[in-house]
Amino acid sequence: MNLFKISIANLKEKKLNSFLSALLLTLGIGMISLLLLLNKQLDEQFRRNIRGIDMVVGAKGSPLQLILSSIYQIDSPTGNIPLSEVNALKRNPFVKNIIPLSMGDNYHGFRIVGTTPKYVGHFQAKIKEGTLFSKPMDVTLGSKVAKNVELKIGDTFASSHGLDSDGDAHNDKKYKVTGIFEPTGSVVDQLVLTNLESVWEIHEHAEMPASDIKENDPAHEEEMGETHHEAEKQVTSALIQFRNPMGLLTIPRQINQNTSMQAALPSIEINRLFSLLGVGIDTLRALALVIIIIAGVSVFISLYNSLKERKYEMALMLSMGATRTKLFLMLLLEGLILAVTGYLSGVLLSRVGLLLFSRAAEQDFHYSIREFSLLPEELYLLAGALVLGLLAAALPSLGIYRLNISRTLAEE
Amino acid sequence: MITSKNLTFSYSPQKRFNFPDIACNDKEALLILGQSGRGKTTFLHLLALLLQPDAGEIQISVHNLSGLSAIERTKIRAKNLGIIYQRAHFVSALSVMDNILLSTYLAGSKQDKEKASYLADELGFADHLNKKTTQLSQGEQQRVSIARALMNNPNVILADEPTSNLDDNNCQKVIELLKKQSSLIGASLVVVTHDQRLKDEFPNQVFL
Repeated sequence: MNLFKISIANLKEKKLNSFLSALLLTLGIGMISLLLLLNKQLDEQFRRNIRGIDMVVGAKGSPLQLILSSIYQIDSPTGNIPLSEVNALKRNPFVKNIIPLSMGDNYHGFRIVGTTPKYVGHFQAKIKEGTLFSKPMDVTLGSKVAKNVELKIGDTFASSHGLDSDGDAHNDKKYKVTGIFEPTGSVVDQLVLTNLESVWEIHEHAEMPASDIKENDPAHEEEMGETHHEAEKQVTSALIQFRNPMGLLTIPRQINQNTSMQAALPSIEINRLFSLLGVGIDTLRALALVIIIIAGVSVFISLYNSLKERKYEMALMLSMGATRTKLFLMLLLEGLILAVTGYLSGVLLSRVGLLLFSRAAEQDFHYSIREFSLLPEELYLLAGALVLGLLAAALPSLGIYRLNISRTLAEE
Repeated sequence: MITSKNLTFSYSPQKRFNFPDIACNDKEALLILGQSGRGKTTFLHLLALLLQPDAGEIQISVHNLSGLSAIERTKIRAKNLGIIYQRAHFVSALSVMDNILLSTYLAGSKQDKEKASYLADELGFADHLNKKTTQLSQGEQQRVSIARALMNNPNVILADEPTSNLDDNNCQKVIELLKKQSSLIGASLVVVTHDQRLKDEFPNQVFL
């Protein structure tokens, strides 16, 4: 027999009340915790992939779309640009590196990206087996692709047109797997990399029936370009690194004004994206806070009511030698136990939520968000829950100091 | 042993009680009889140190209780007094066994489960130790509260209308158990009641 045991027994005695209080707290804590987790991990994923990329050039259109498609490979490209214009940028003294990208095909939903070995070097992807692509039609697979499509080195496959897995297959030209990357934690994991020539080659020879022409299809536009000006090679976009930050001040404006291309700055676009998402996140966070406050009110009401019913019990315990402070602690303990229960199940709930979210995200975008460790912010959340439990329990329990033992015992 | 001298108490200037002096030695039993409204419960609460008298003295065992602080009185009550109320009340969330052990926990003495089982056996509710108190009949509940009062081996057992809610059969049982158990541990037994059935059970009587 001790205070803890009595508190637990009291909570069990009022199962539904306790359940409601803990449930509300679970929901509130779970929501906040899930938001924290998502925010942090999305942020990390996004920042990890833009590291070292100062600017992206591509066809004119939405800058955010250009960033999403070229860096994260999750949106459609804006169109194509002439390779010659991209190469012209090399003459600018501020430009350190240019990595051209060409896309438009996929294999089982994984994008096939034509690029140069610099792209591989930029993400510090290491070869696990085989070799890096060198000849046209050679490909190196990202680790996640290799795991999902069951291709081995030496296997050949036909790509599908477009960025969805249900596009038409380019059956006449087959890619050959020459290597597989180690997992990098970056966008490379979910890509099939090849050189620029492969992408040109595929679309040079493909005869497209008229009915298959789709609007805004980058691969198709590229092909149109090829047929009209055989000599002019095109790419989808290019990732650019500057020698020093001064480049940021002049080059984007020059490109936007003087060329057919647009320049987009990843850091600005991603901040814009996050501030758009932020509105939703702030709303959800406010909602979660409201739920947590209601949880506090629920703890308060259920303790207040049960205290009215248990007034005689309290007087009885006081007459048997309990001090008022001891009983006060016992009631605080009830609030604390609810708070801790709500917190633990809330944190658990957020992990389950993250797992579900991660599954959905992996299916749609091939990104995985699987970091389940406790965040430092969640310790503040624990402190908050404990304070809430203490306050909600302390307010009604202060009555214990005013309880008249003799009158209460005589009344019933 | 418990004695009182010149106890007075008033809830308001109009309602003033003067209580007769009592003395009850160890192993003795004393019946205090009185009709409703004569201050029976007030008297018992004074003796139980739940109320502070306006004047007068109470002595329990070797302790003279004048001039003690509330905390000291609580300690003396927990160690030296076993109180049985008119209607047996318990901490409803706890089992019968835990309710009995509660009095030892709150008094800061050993939580003796064997003793609790022994008393349950003696008082005839050994089968109900793991039940909730609300599942027991009134007679059984009153016997549980006797066991609870006996757990700390008190010097004095105070009973407030212990039988008024019980039928004749249970009344007889409860009063016999009270007398037997209190003399077994050498305690004074003070019963406050208006229950005329108890008149013949106690040689020592005081009328309010």
